Amino acid sequence: MTDQELKQKSIIYRKKILTYIKQANAGHTGGSLSCVDILNVLYNRILNVTPENFYDLKRDHYIQSKGHSVEALYVVLADKGFFPESDLETLCQHGSRYVGHPTRKVKGIEHNTGALGHGLSYGVGVALAGKMDNKVFVLLGDGELAEGSNWEALLTASHYQLDNLCAIVDLNRLQITDWTRNVCCTDPLDEKFKAFGWSVQHVDGHDVKALTKVLSSVPFEKGKPSMIIANTVKGKGVSFIENNYKWHHHVPTDEEYKKAMKELNQALQKLNNEKENN
Amino acid sequence: MKTLELGKANLEVFADTLIELAKKDKRIVVVTSDSRGSGKLVPFAEQLPDQIIEVGIAEQNLVGVAAGLAAAGKKVFAVSPACFLTARALEQIKNDICYSDHPVKLIGISAGVSYGALGSTHHSLFDFAVLRAINNISILAPADNFETRESVKLAAEMLQPVYIRFGKRAIEHVHRPNADFEPGKAIIIREGRDVAFIATGETVVQSLLAAQLLEQKGIFCRVVSMHTIKPLDEKIIFETAKKCKALMTVEEHLVYGGLGEACAAYLMQAGVVLPFKIVGIRDEYTPTGSQLEIFKEYGMTAEGLAGTAIKLIEKK
Ligand SMILES: [Mg+2]
Repeated sequence: MTDQELKQKSIIYRKKILTYIKQANAGHTGGSLSCVDILNVLYNRILNVTPENFYDLKRDHYIQSKGHSVEALYVVLADKGFFPESDLETLCQHGSRYVGHPTRKVKGIEHNTGALGHGLSYGVGVALAGKMDNKVFVLLGDGELAEGSNWEALLTASHYQLDNLCAIVDLNRLQITDWTRNVCCTDPLDEKFKAFGWSVQHVDGHDVKALTKVLSSVPFEKGKPSMIIANTVKGKGVSFIENNYKWHHHVPTDEEYKKAMKELNQALQKLNNEKENN
Repeated sequence: MKTLELGKANLEVFADTLIELAKKDKRIVVVTSDSRGSGKLVPFAEQLPDQIIEVGIAEQNLVGVAAGLAAAGKKVFAVSPACFLTARALEQIKNDICYSDHPVKLIGISAGVSYGALGSTHHSLFDFAVLRAINNISILAPADNFETRESVKLAAEMLQPVYIRFGKRAIEHVHRPNADFEPGKAIIIREGRDVAFIATGETVVQSLLAAQLLEQKGIFCRVVSMHTIKPLDEKIIFETAKKCKALMTVEEHLVYGGLGEACAAYLMQAGVVLPFKIVGIRDEYTPTGSQLEIFKEYGMTAEGLAGTAIKLIEKK
Protein backbone atom coordinates (compact mmCIF):
# COMPACT_ATOMS: atom_id res chain seq x y z
CA MET A 1 0.00 0.00 0.00
CA THR A 2 1.42 3.40 -1.02
CA ASP A 3 1.61 6.41 1.27
CA GLN A 4 -1.02 8.03 -0.93
CA GLU A 5 -3.39 5.12 -0.42
CA LEU A 6 -2.81 5.19 3.34
CA LYS A 7 -3.57 8.92 3.45
CA GLN A 8 -6.76 8.22 1.56
CA LYS A 9 -7.70 5.54 4.05
CA SER A 10 -7.13 7.94 6.94
CA ILE A 11 -9.71 10.34 5.53
CA ILE A 12 -12.18 7.55 4.77
CA TYR A 13 -11.73 6.20 8.32
CA ARG A 14 -12.43 9.67 9.70
CA LYS A 15 -15.65 9.89 7.70
CA LYS A 16 -16.74 6.51 8.98
CA ILE A 17 -15.87 7.34 12.61
CA LEU A 18 -18.07 10.42 12.45
CA THR A 19 -20.82 8.57 10.63
CA TYR A 20 -21.07 5.75 13.15
CA ILE A 21 -20.81 8.11 16.12
CA LYS A 22 -23.58 10.19 14.59
CA GLN A 23 -25.71 7.11 13.97
CA ALA A 24 -25.15 5.74 17.48
CA ASN A 25 -25.58 9.17 19.01
CA ALA A 26 -22.63 8.26 21.23
CA GLY A 27 -18.88 7.92 21.06
CA HIS A 28 -15.54 9.55 21.63
CA THR A 29 -15.05 11.82 18.67
CA GLY A 30 -11.90 13.81 19.46
CA GLY A 31 -9.74 10.87 20.62
CA SER A 32 -10.76 8.60 17.75
CA LEU A 33 -9.81 11.26 15.22
CA SER A 34 -6.50 11.84 17.00
CA CYS A 35 -5.31 8.19 16.99
CA VAL A 36 -6.73 6.91 13.71
CA ASP A 37 -3.59 7.56 11.66
CA ILE A 38 -1.58 5.51 14.15
CA LEU A 39 -4.09 2.64 13.84
CA ASN A 40 -4.08 2.99 10.08
CA VAL A 41 -0.31 2.51 9.87
CA LEU A 42 -0.28 -0.25 12.49
CA TYR A 43 -2.98 -2.40 10.86
CA ASN A 44 -2.07 -1.71 7.24
CA ARG A 45 1.71 -1.81 7.46
CA ILE A 46 3.12 -3.04 10.74
CA LEU A 47 1.08 -5.63 12.61
CA ASN A 48 1.14 -9.25 11.66
CA VAL A 49 -2.51 -9.63 12.67
CA THR A 50 -5.24 -10.81 10.35
CA PRO A 51 -8.68 -12.37 10.85
CA GLU A 52 -7.05 -15.65 9.82
CA ASN A 53 -4.18 -15.66 12.34
CA PHE A 54 -6.02 -13.88 15.16
CA TYR A 55 -6.30 -17.02 17.31
CA ASP A 56 -2.62 -17.89 16.83
CA LEU A 57 -0.77 -16.50 19.84
CA LYS A 58 2.44 -16.04 17.86
CA ARG A 59 0.90 -13.15 15.91
CA ASP A 60 1.62 -9.55 16.89
CA HIS A 61 -0.57 -7.97 19.54
CA TYR A 62 -2.27 -4.60 19.74
CA ILE A 63 -3.84 -3.35 22.94
CA GLN A 64 -5.72 -0.08 23.04
CA SER A 65 -5.30 1.17 26.56
CA LYS A 66 -7.13 4.41 25.73
CA GLY A 67 -10.23 2.31 25.23
CA HIS A 68 -12.61 5.22 24.77
CA SER A 69 -11.31 5.79 21.24
CA VAL A 70 -12.92 2.52 20.25
CA GLU A 71 -14.72 3.90 17.21
CA ALA A 72 -11.37 4.32 15.44
CA LEU A 73 -10.48 0.72 16.28
CA TYR A 74 -13.85 -0.69 15.14
CA VAL A 75 -13.63 1.15 11.83
CA VAL A 76 -10.09 -0.08 11.13
CA LEU A 77 -10.89 -3.67 12.17
CA ALA A 78 -13.95 -3.70 9.91
CA ASP A 79 -11.79 -2.48 7.04
CA LYS A 80 -9.33 -5.31 7.73
CA GLY A 81 -12.15 -7.86 7.47
CA PHE A 82 -12.50 -8.86 11.13
CA PHE A 83 -16.26 -8.37 10.87
CA PRO A 84 -18.72 -6.91 8.35
CA GLU A 85 -18.74 -3.13 8.50
CA SER A 86 -22.54 -3.12 8.52
CA ASP A 87 -22.29 -4.52 12.09
CA LEU A 88 -21.24 -1.04 13.19
CA GLU A 89 -24.74 0.19 12.47
CA THR A 90 -25.63 -1.43 15.81
CA LEU A 91 -22.88 0.47 17.70
CA CYS A 92 -23.96 1.11 21.31
CA GLN A 93 -27.47 -0.16 20.64
CA HIS A 94 -29.31 -2.45 23.04
CA GLY A 95 -27.99 -5.98 22.64
CA SER A 96 -25.15 -5.04 20.28
CA ARG A 97 -21.75 -6.60 20.84
CA TYR A 98 -20.21 -3.30 19.70
CA VAL A 99 -19.94 -1.70 23.14
CA GLY A 100 -18.69 1.85 23.65
CA HIS A 101 -15.31 0.52 24.81
CA PRO A 102 -13.21 -2.36 23.43
CA THR A 103 -14.58 -5.78 24.20
CA ARG A 104 -13.42 -9.27 23.31
CA LYS A 105 -16.89 -10.05 22.08
CA VAL A 106 -15.65 -8.36 18.90
CA LYS A 107 -13.18 -10.34 16.82
CA GLY A 108 -9.86 -8.53 16.55
CA ILE A 109 -9.98 -7.18 20.09
CA GLU A 110 -7.95 -9.10 22.60
CA HIS A 111 -8.45 -7.24 25.84
CA ASN A 112 -11.31 -5.29 27.38
CA THR A 113 -10.24 -1.77 28.17
CA GLY A 114 -12.01 1.42 29.09
CA ALA A 115 -10.87 1.89 32.66
CA LEU A 116 -7.63 3.77 32.12
CA GLY A 117 -4.16 2.63 33.10
CA HIS A 118 -4.75 -1.07 32.41
CA GLY A 119 -3.41 -1.72 28.91
CA LEU A 120 0.29 -1.44 29.56
CA SER A 121 0.46 -4.03 32.37
CA TYR A 122 -1.50 -6.44 30.19
CA GLY A 123 0.90 -5.72 27.33
CA VAL A 124 3.86 -6.42 29.61
CA GLY A 125 2.32 -9.81 30.44
CA VAL A 126 1.84 -10.71 26.78
CA ALA A 127 5.36 -9.52 25.96
CA LEU A 128 6.83 -11.57 28.82
CA ALA A 129 5.01 -14.71 27.69
CA GLY A 130 6.07 -14.48 24.09
CA LYS A 131 9.48 -12.89 24.33
CA MET A 132 11.22 -12.82 20.94
CA ASP A 133 8.39 -14.46 19.01
CA ASN A 134 6.31 -11.40 18.27
CA LYS A 135 5.78 -7.74 18.99
CA VAL A 136 3.31 -6.14 21.34
CA PHE A 137 2.02 -2.60 20.77
CA VAL A 138 0.06 -0.64 23.36
CA LEU A 139 -1.65 2.67 22.63
CA LEU A 140 -1.83 5.03 25.60
CA GLY A 141 -3.63 8.31 25.97
CA ASP A 142 -1.79 11.27 27.42
CA GLY A 143 -4.44 12.05 30.02
CA GLU A 144 -4.31 8.41 31.07
CA LEU A 145 -0.68 8.78 32.12
CA ALA A 146 -1.81 10.23 35.45
CA GLU A 147 -2.87 6.68 36.41
CA GLY A 148 -0.08 5.30 38.61
CA SER A 149 -0.45 1.76 37.29
CA ASN A 150 1.14 2.89 34.02
CA TRP A 151 4.33 3.71 35.86
CA GLU A 152 4.36 0.32 37.59
CA ALA A 153 4.15 -1.31 34.17
CA LEU A 154 6.86 0.95 32.75
CA LEU A 155 9.20 -0.26 35.51
CA THR A 156 8.46 -3.94 34.90
CA ALA A 157 8.95 -3.58 31.14
CA SER A 158 12.43 -2.15 31.51
CA HIS A 159 13.31 -4.52 34.37
CA TYR A 160 12.66 -7.48 32.05
CA GLN A 161 14.26 -5.71 29.06
CA LEU A 162 11.14 -6.22 26.98
CA ASP A 163 12.38 -5.03 23.60
CA ASN A 164 9.42 -6.79 21.96
CA LEU A 165 7.13 -4.24 23.61
CA CYS A 166 6.33 -0.85 22.13
CA ALA A 167 4.07 1.75 23.70
CA ILE A 168 2.70 4.71 21.78
CA VAL A 169 1.42 7.81 23.51
CA ASP A 170 -1.29 9.63 21.58
CA LEU A 171 -0.08 13.03 22.78
CA ASN A 172 -2.95 15.28 21.79
CA ARG A 173 -2.40 17.36 24.94
CA LEU A 174 -6.10 17.40 25.77
CA GLN A 175 -8.34 15.42 28.06
CA ILE A 176 -12.00 15.59 28.98
CA THR A 177 -11.69 18.65 31.25
CA ASP A 178 -9.02 20.82 29.71
CA TRP A 179 -5.47 20.86 28.40
CA THR A 180 -3.53 18.06 30.07
CA ARG A 181 -0.94 20.53 31.39
CA ASN A 182 -3.75 22.28 33.29
CA VAL A 183 -5.16 19.05 34.73
CA CYS A 184 -2.04 17.10 35.67
CA CYS A 185 1.12 18.17 33.93
CA THR A 186 3.21 15.20 32.78
CA ASP A 187 5.93 17.12 30.94
CA PRO A 188 8.69 16.40 30.16
CA LEU A 189 7.45 13.00 29.12
CA ASP A 190 10.47 11.86 27.15
CA GLU A 191 12.79 12.41 30.10
CA LYS A 192 10.45 10.53 32.39
CA PHE A 193 10.24 7.54 30.05
CA LYS A 194 14.02 7.54 29.56
CA ALA A 195 14.53 7.63 33.32
CA PHE A 196 12.24 4.58 33.52
CA GLY A 197 14.57 2.70 31.17
CA TRP A 198 12.73 3.05 27.87
CA SER A 199 14.13 4.03 24.51
CA VAL A 200 12.13 7.02 23.32
CA GLN A 201 11.38 8.53 19.90
CA HIS A 202 9.08 11.34 18.83
CA VAL A 203 6.93 11.34 15.73
CA ASP A 204 4.22 13.36 14.04
CA GLY A 205 1.27 11.12 14.84
CA HIS A 206 -0.58 12.12 11.65
CA ASP A 207 2.28 11.61 9.19
CA VAL A 208 1.83 8.09 7.83
CA LYS A 209 5.30 8.02 6.30
CA ALA A 210 6.99 9.06 9.55
CA LEU A 211 4.79 6.68 11.57
CA THR A 212 5.75 3.81 9.27
CA LYS A 213 9.41 4.59 9.71
CA VAL A 214 9.35 4.78 13.47
CA LEU A 215 7.03 1.79 13.99
CA SER A 216 9.17 -0.37 11.68
CA SER A 217 12.30 0.39 13.65
CA VAL A 218 11.07 -1.20 16.90
CA PRO A 219 13.01 -2.10 19.01
CA PHE A 220 14.94 1.15 18.97
CA GLU A 221 17.57 -0.38 21.23
CA LYS A 222 18.32 -3.98 22.06
CA GLY A 223 17.21 -4.88 25.58
CA LYS A 224 14.95 -1.85 26.01
CA PRO A 225 11.24 -1.37 25.53
CA SER A 226 10.38 1.26 22.91
CA MET A 227 8.26 4.34 23.53
CA ILE A 228 6.86 6.45 20.74
CA ILE A 229 5.60 9.89 21.66
CA ALA A 230 3.19 10.66 18.85
CA ASN A 231 2.36 14.34 18.63
CA THR A 232 -1.25 14.53 17.60
CA VAL A 233 -4.18 16.91 17.41
CA LYS A 234 -7.36 15.89 19.16
CA GLY A 235 -10.16 15.94 16.58
CA LYS A 236 -7.64 16.00 13.72
CA GLY A 237 -9.04 16.42 10.20
CA VAL A 238 -12.08 18.57 10.91
CA SER A 239 -11.29 22.23 11.56
CA PHE A 240 -13.95 22.94 14.16
CA ILE A 241 -13.38 19.71 16.09
CA GLU A 242 -9.60 20.12 16.35
CA ASN A 243 -8.05 21.11 19.69
CA ASN A 244 -11.34 21.56 21.49
CA TYR A 245 -11.84 19.58 24.69
CA LYS A 246 -15.61 19.89 24.29
CA TRP A 247 -15.40 17.37 21.45
CA HIS A 248 -14.07 14.64 23.76
CA HIS A 249 -17.40 12.88 23.46
CA HIS A 250 -19.57 15.39 21.72
CA VAL A 251 -21.73 13.90 18.98
CA PRO A 252 -22.01 16.07 15.85
CA THR A 253 -25.36 17.74 15.20
CA ASP A 254 -26.86 17.37 11.72
CA GLU A 255 -25.34 20.69 10.75
CA GLU A 256 -21.90 19.83 12.19
CA TYR A 257 -21.96 16.42 10.56
CA LYS A 258 -22.67 17.93 7.12
CA LYS A 259 -19.93 20.47 7.57
CA ALA A 260 -17.43 17.84 8.70
CA MET A 261 -18.23 15.55 5.76
CA LYS A 262 -17.79 18.46 3.40
CA GLU A 263 -14.34 19.21 4.81
CA LEU A 264 -13.29 15.57 4.67
CA ASN A 265 -14.60 15.17 1.10
CA GLN A 266 -12.65 18.25 0.08
CA ALA A 267 -9.52 16.79 1.69
CA LEU A 268 -10.08 13.57 -0.22
CA GLN A 269 -10.55 15.51 -3.46
CA LYS A 270 -7.36 17.45 -2.81
CA LEU A 271 -5.47 14.24 -2.22
CA ASN A 272 -6.76 12.75 -5.48
CA ASN A 273 -5.79 15.89 -7.39
CA GLU A 274 -2.28 15.69 -5.96
CA LYS A 275 -2.11 12.08 -7.11
CA GLU A 276 -3.11 13.04 -10.65
CA ASN A 277 -0.61 15.89 -10.76
CA ASN A 278 2.21 13.61 -9.67
CA MET B 1 -13.33 -35.62 72.80
CA LYS B 2 -11.39 -36.50 69.69
CA THR B 3 -8.45 -34.20 69.06
CA LEU B 4 -7.84 -33.19 65.49
CA GLU B 5 -4.44 -33.95 64.05
CA LEU B 6 -2.44 -30.86 63.22
CA GLY B 7 -1.32 -30.49 59.60
CA LYS B 8 0.83 -27.90 57.86
CA ALA B 9 -0.15 -24.34 57.09
CA ASN B 10 -2.39 -24.27 54.01
CA LEU B 11 0.05 -21.74 52.63
CA GLU B 12 2.82 -24.36 52.70
CA VAL B 13 0.60 -26.97 51.10
CA PHE B 14 -0.23 -24.48 48.36
CA ALA B 15 3.47 -23.86 47.68
CA ASP B 16 4.33 -27.58 47.76
CA THR B 17 1.47 -28.44 45.41
CA LEU B 18 2.32 -25.67 43.00
CA ILE B 19 5.96 -26.73 42.69
CA GLU B 20 4.87 -30.31 41.99
CA LEU B 21 2.47 -29.17 39.30
CA ALA B 22 4.86 -26.65 37.76
CA LYS B 23 7.63 -29.20 37.40
CA LYS B 24 5.34 -31.27 35.22
CA ASP B 25 3.73 -28.39 33.36
CA LYS B 26 6.00 -25.67 32.02
CA ARG B 27 3.03 -23.48 31.16
CA ILE B 28 2.50 -22.83 34.86
CA VAL B 29 3.85 -19.41 35.80
CA VAL B 30 3.78 -17.68 39.17
CA VAL B 31 3.66 -13.91 39.42
CA THR B 32 4.61 -12.31 42.74
CA SER B 33 4.68 -8.79 44.13
CA ASP B 34 7.69 -9.13 46.43
CA SER B 35 5.59 -11.87 48.02
CA ARG B 36 7.59 -15.02 47.32
CA GLY B 37 8.78 -15.19 50.94
CA SER B 38 5.34 -14.70 52.44
CA GLY B 39 3.94 -17.09 49.81
CA LYS B 40 6.49 -19.80 50.73
CA LEU B 41 7.65 -19.70 47.13
CA VAL B 42 11.40 -19.37 47.69
CA PRO B 43 11.99 -23.07 46.80
CA PHE B 44 9.83 -22.57 43.70
CA ALA B 45 11.96 -19.61 42.64
CA GLU B 46 15.16 -21.57 43.24
CA GLN B 47 14.05 -24.71 41.43
CA LEU B 48 11.98 -23.16 38.64
CA PRO B 49 13.47 -19.70 38.02
CA ASP B 50 12.01 -19.53 34.51
CA GLN B 51 8.49 -19.98 35.82
CA ILE B 52 8.35 -17.13 38.28
CA ILE B 53 7.91 -13.46 37.45
CA GLU B 54 8.51 -10.81 40.05
CA VAL B 55 6.89 -7.42 39.50
CA GLY B 56 7.86 -5.77 42.77
CA ILE B 57 5.44 -4.21 45.24
CA ALA B 58 2.86 -3.32 42.62
CA GLU B 59 -0.37 -5.32 42.94
CA GLN B 60 -2.25 -3.55 40.17
CA ASN B 61 0.58 -4.35 37.81
CA LEU B 62 0.73 -7.92 39.18
CA VAL B 63 -2.85 -8.59 38.12
CA GLY B 64 -2.55 -6.82 34.75
CA VAL B 65 0.65 -8.69 33.88
CA ALA B 66 -1.00 -11.95 34.98
CA ALA B 67 -3.89 -11.29 32.59
CA GLY B 68 -1.49 -10.75 29.68
CA LEU B 69 0.44 -13.92 30.49
CA ALA B 70 -2.79 -15.93 30.69
CA ALA B 71 -4.00 -14.49 27.39
CA ALA B 72 -0.73 -15.65 25.85
CA GLY B 73 -1.34 -19.24 26.94
CA LYS B 74 0.26 -19.48 30.38
CA LYS B 75 -1.41 -21.01 33.43
CA VAL B 76 -0.91 -18.10 35.77
CA PHE B 77 -0.98 -18.02 39.56
CA ALA B 78 -0.93 -14.42 40.78
CA VAL B 79 0.16 -14.61 44.40
CA SER B 80 -0.08 -11.75 46.87
CA PRO B 81 -1.44 -11.12 50.37
CA ALA B 82 -5.25 -11.30 50.12
CA CYS B 83 -5.66 -7.84 51.66
CA PHE B 84 -3.61 -6.10 48.93
CA LEU B 85 -4.57 -8.34 46.03
CA THR B 86 -8.31 -7.91 46.37
CA ALA B 87 -8.39 -4.25 47.39
CA ARG B 88 -5.48 -2.49 45.70
CA ALA B 89 -5.97 -4.42 42.46
CA LEU B 90 -9.75 -4.79 42.52
CA GLU B 91 -10.30 -2.89 39.29
CA GLN B 92 -7.68 -5.04 37.56
CA ILE B 93 -9.43 -8.15 38.87
CA LYS B 94 -12.78 -6.85 37.66
CA ASN B 95 -11.68 -5.70 34.20
CA ASP B 96 -8.47 -7.47 33.24
CA ILE B 97 -9.37 -10.88 34.66
CA CYS B 98 -13.14 -11.28 35.08
CA TYR B 99 -14.64 -9.03 32.41
CA SER B 100 -11.91 -9.88 29.89
CA ASP B 101 -12.24 -13.56 30.84
CA HIS B 102 -8.56 -14.38 31.22
CA PRO B 103 -8.31 -17.51 33.38
CA VAL B 104 -5.88 -16.27 36.04
CA LYS B 105 -5.70 -18.01 39.40
CA LEU B 106 -5.64 -15.30 42.03
CA ILE B 107 -4.10 -16.55 45.25
CA GLY B 108 -4.82 -14.48 48.35
CA ILE B 109 -2.30 -15.53 50.97
CA SER B 110 -2.60 -14.93 54.71
CA ALA B 111 -6.27 -14.10 54.29
CA GLY B 112 -8.85 -13.01 56.83
CA VAL B 113 -7.10 -12.09 60.09
CA SER B 114 -4.14 -14.44 59.51
CA TYR B 115 -1.74 -11.56 59.87
CA GLY B 116 -3.25 -11.04 63.32
CA ALA B 117 -1.52 -8.32 65.28
CA LEU B 118 -0.11 -6.68 62.14
CA GLY B 119 -3.49 -4.98 62.12
CA SER B 120 -6.32 -3.98 59.84
CA THR B 121 -4.12 -2.88 56.92
CA HIS B 122 -3.19 -6.55 56.57
CA HIS B 123 -6.62 -8.11 57.16
CA SER B 124 -8.93 -9.13 54.33
CA LEU B 125 -12.43 -9.20 55.74
CA PHE B 126 -14.07 -7.81 52.61
CA ASP B 127 -12.74 -10.08 49.84
CA PHE B 128 -15.75 -12.43 49.64
CA ALA B 129 -18.08 -9.45 49.52
CA VAL B 130 -16.30 -7.55 46.75
CA LEU B 131 -15.60 -10.59 44.61
CA ARG B 132 -19.09 -12.04 45.01
CA ALA B 133 -20.35 -8.84 43.40
CA ILE B 134 -18.17 -9.34 40.32
CA ASN B 135 -19.27 -11.53 37.44
CA ASN B 136 -17.16 -14.45 36.22
CA ILE B 137 -15.02 -15.52 39.15
CA SER B 138 -15.13 -18.52 41.47
CA ILE B 139 -14.25 -17.93 45.12
CA LEU B 140 -12.66 -20.70 47.18
CA ALA B 141 -11.60 -20.82 50.81
CA PRO B 142 -10.12 -24.23 51.60
CA ALA B 143 -10.48 -25.48 55.17
CA ASP B 144 -7.46 -27.71 55.52
CA ASN B 145 -4.46 -29.19 53.74
CA PHE B 146 -6.59 -31.63 51.74
CA GLU B 147 -8.94 -28.94 50.43
CA THR B 148 -5.99 -26.65 49.68
CA ARG B 149 -4.17 -29.26 47.65
CA GLU B 150 -7.30 -30.17 45.69
CA SER B 151 -8.19 -26.50 45.09
CA VAL B 152 -4.77 -25.69 43.70
CA LYS B 153 -4.72 -28.78 41.47
CA LEU B 154 -8.16 -28.02 40.05
CA ALA B 155 -7.44 -24.29 39.69
CA ALA B 156 -4.44 -25.07 37.49
CA GLU B 157 -6.79 -26.64 34.96
CA MET B 158 -9.68 -24.20 35.29
CA LEU B 159 -10.54 -22.17 32.22
CA GLN B 160 -12.30 -19.43 34.19
CA PRO B 161 -10.94 -16.95 36.72
CA VAL B 162 -10.68 -18.21 40.28
CA TYR B 163 -9.76 -16.71 43.63
CA ILE B 164 -8.41 -18.94 46.40
CA ARG B 165 -7.67 -17.61 49.88
CA PHE B 166 -6.14 -19.28 52.89
CA GLY B 167 -4.24 -18.61 56.09
CA LYS B 168 -0.72 -19.01 57.39
CA ARG B 169 -1.26 -20.91 60.66
CA ALA B 170 -0.67 -24.68 60.76
CA ILE B 171 -4.16 -26.09 60.49
CA GLU B 172 -5.88 -29.25 61.74
CA HIS B 173 -7.05 -31.91 59.30
CA VAL B 174 -10.83 -32.00 59.01
CA HIS B 175 -11.30 -34.51 56.21
CA ARG B 176 -10.89 -38.20 55.85
CA PRO B 177 -8.07 -38.83 53.36
CA ASN B 178 -10.19 -39.96 50.41
CA ALA B 179 -12.92 -37.33 50.48
CA ASP B 180 -14.31 -36.07 47.18
CA PHE B 181 -13.52 -32.54 46.21
CA GLU B 182 -15.25 -30.55 43.55
CA PRO B 183 -15.49 -26.75 43.37
CA GLY B 184 -19.05 -25.62 44.03
CA LYS B 185 -19.90 -28.80 45.91
CA ALA B 186 -19.74 -28.50 49.69
CA ILE B 187 -18.58 -31.39 51.87
CA ILE B 188 -20.50 -32.75 54.86
CA ILE B 189 -17.86 -33.50 57.48
CA ARG B 190 -20.10 -34.57 60.31
CA GLU B 191 -23.75 -35.50 60.60
CA GLY B 192 -26.34 -34.32 63.13
CA ARG B 193 -29.92 -33.05 63.17
CA ASP B 194 -29.93 -30.38 65.88
CA VAL B 195 -27.72 -27.55 64.71
CA ALA B 196 -25.93 -27.14 61.40
CA PHE B 197 -22.67 -25.27 61.00
CA ILE B 198 -22.04 -24.15 57.45
CA ALA B 199 -18.50 -22.89 57.66
CA THR B 200 -15.77 -21.89 55.25
CA GLY B 201 -11.98 -21.72 55.31
CA GLU B 202 -10.19 -21.90 58.62
CA THR B 203 -13.39 -21.63 60.66
CA VAL B 204 -14.37 -25.18 59.63
CA VAL B 205 -11.94 -26.57 62.21
CA GLN B 206 -13.55 -24.45 64.92
CA SER B 207 -17.01 -25.57 63.86
CA LEU B 208 -16.01 -29.20 63.97
CA LEU B 209 -14.55 -28.75 67.46
CA ALA B 210 -17.74 -26.96 68.53
CA ALA B 211 -19.78 -29.91 67.25
CA GLN B 212 -17.68 -32.22 69.42
CA LEU B 213 -18.30 -30.05 72.49
CA LEU B 214 -22.02 -29.96 71.79
CA GLU B 215 -22.19 -33.72 71.39
CA GLN B 216 -21.12 -34.03 75.03
CA LYS B 217 -24.24 -32.03 75.90
CA GLY B 218 -26.43 -34.25 73.74
CA ILE B 219 -26.68 -31.76 70.89
CA PHE B 220 -25.88 -33.29 67.55
CA CYS B 221 -24.52 -31.08 64.79
CA ARG B 222 -24.04 -31.28 61.09
CA VAL B 223 -20.83 -29.59 59.91
CA VAL B 224 -20.53 -28.55 56.29
CA SER B 225 -17.33 -27.28 54.73
CA MET B 226 -18.49 -24.69 52.23
CA HIS B 227 -15.11 -24.38 50.52
CA THR B 228 -16.66 -22.59 47.55
CA ILE B 229 -18.36 -19.28 48.28
CA LYS B 230 -19.23 -18.78 44.65
CA PRO B 231 -20.84 -20.61 42.95
CA LEU B 232 -22.71 -21.42 46.14
CA ASP B 233 -23.87 -25.00 46.73
CA GLU B 234 -27.54 -24.11 47.24
CA LYS B 235 -28.64 -27.70 47.16
CA ILE B 236 -26.73 -28.59 50.29
CA ILE B 237 -27.89 -25.42 52.06
CA PHE B 238 -31.52 -26.28 51.32
CA GLU B 239 -31.13 -29.86 52.39
CA THR B 240 -29.26 -28.86 55.57
CA ALA B 241 -31.87 -26.25 56.51
CA LYS B 242 -34.63 -28.81 56.04
CA LYS B 243 -32.86 -31.41 58.10
CA CYS B 244 -31.60 -29.39 61.08
CA LYS B 245 -33.42 -27.33 63.72
CA ALA B 246 -31.10 -24.33 63.51
CA LEU B 247 -28.39 -23.12 61.15
CA MET B 248 -25.23 -21.14 61.77
CA THR B 249 -22.81 -19.84 59.18
CA VAL B 250 -19.21 -19.25 60.18
CA GLU B 251 -16.61 -17.31 58.24
CA GLU B 252 -13.38 -15.37 58.72
CA HIS B 253 -14.89 -12.30 57.10
CA LEU B 254 -17.03 -9.35 58.05
CA VAL B 255 -20.63 -10.39 58.76
CA TYR B 256 -21.59 -8.34 55.70
CA GLY B 257 -21.48 -9.65 52.16
CA GLY B 258 -19.94 -13.06 52.78
CA LEU B 259 -21.08 -16.65 53.22
CA GLY B 260 -23.71 -15.86 55.85
CA GLU B 261 -25.56 -13.28 53.80
CA ALA B 262 -25.31 -15.50 50.74
CA CYS B 263 -26.97 -18.37 52.64
CA ALA B 264 -29.59 -16.06 54.17
CA ALA B 265 -30.50 -14.59 50.80
CA TYR B 266 -30.81 -18.03 49.28
CA LEU B 267 -32.92 -19.49 52.12
CA MET B 268 -35.25 -16.49 52.27
CA GLN B 269 -35.91 -16.71 48.56
CA ALA B 270 -36.36 -20.47 48.78
CA GLY B 271 -38.98 -19.89 51.46
CA VAL B 272 -37.08 -21.77 54.16
CA VAL B 273 -37.24 -20.24 57.62
CA LEU B 274 -35.38 -21.52 60.67
CA PRO B 275 -33.34 -20.09 63.57
CA PHE B 276 -30.33 -18.66 61.79
CA LYS B 277 -27.15 -16.90 62.86
CA ILE B 278 -24.32 -15.37 60.87
CA VAL B 279 -21.05 -15.64 62.78
CA GLY B 280 -18.13 -13.56 61.60
CA ILE B 281 -16.26 -10.37 62.37
CA ARG B 282 -18.43 -7.45 63.50
CA ASP B 283 -18.41 -4.14 61.66
CA GLU B 284 -15.97 -2.32 63.94
CA TYR B 285 -12.25 -1.69 64.39
CA THR B 286 -10.83 -5.15 64.87
CA PRO B 287 -8.89 -5.61 68.14
CA THR B 288 -5.21 -6.46 68.18
CA GLY B 289 -4.37 -10.14 68.53
CA SER B 290 -3.45 -13.37 66.81
CA GLN B 291 -5.91 -15.08 64.47
CA LEU B 292 -7.16 -17.32 67.28
CA GLU B 293 -7.39 -14.45 69.76
CA ILE B 294 -9.51 -12.51 67.30
CA PHE B 295 -11.63 -15.62 66.66
CA LYS B 296 -12.20 -15.87 70.41
CA GLU B 297 -13.19 -12.21 70.67
CA TYR B 298 -15.92 -12.75 68.08
CA GLY B 299 -17.17 -16.10 69.34
CA MET B 300 -15.59 -18.00 66.47
CA THR B 301 -13.66 -20.60 68.49
CA ALA B 302 -15.20 -23.93 69.52
CA GLU B 303 -16.49 -22.61 72.87
CA GLY B 304 -17.97 -19.46 71.40
CA LEU B 305 -19.67 -21.29 68.58
CA ALA B 306 -21.06 -23.95 70.94
CA GLY B 307 -22.47 -21.22 73.20
CA THR B 308 -24.16 -19.46 70.29
CA ALA B 309 -25.59 -22.77 69.07
CA ILE B 310 -27.18 -23.48 72.44
CA LYS B 311 -28.77 -20.03 72.59
CA LEU B 312 -30.05 -20.47 69.07
CA ILE B 313 -31.90 -23.72 69.76
CA GLU B 314 -33.15 -22.47 73.14
CA LYS B 315 -34.67 -19.49 71.37
CA LYS B 316 -36.56 -21.93 69.23
MG1 LIG C 1 -5.47 13.20 25.37
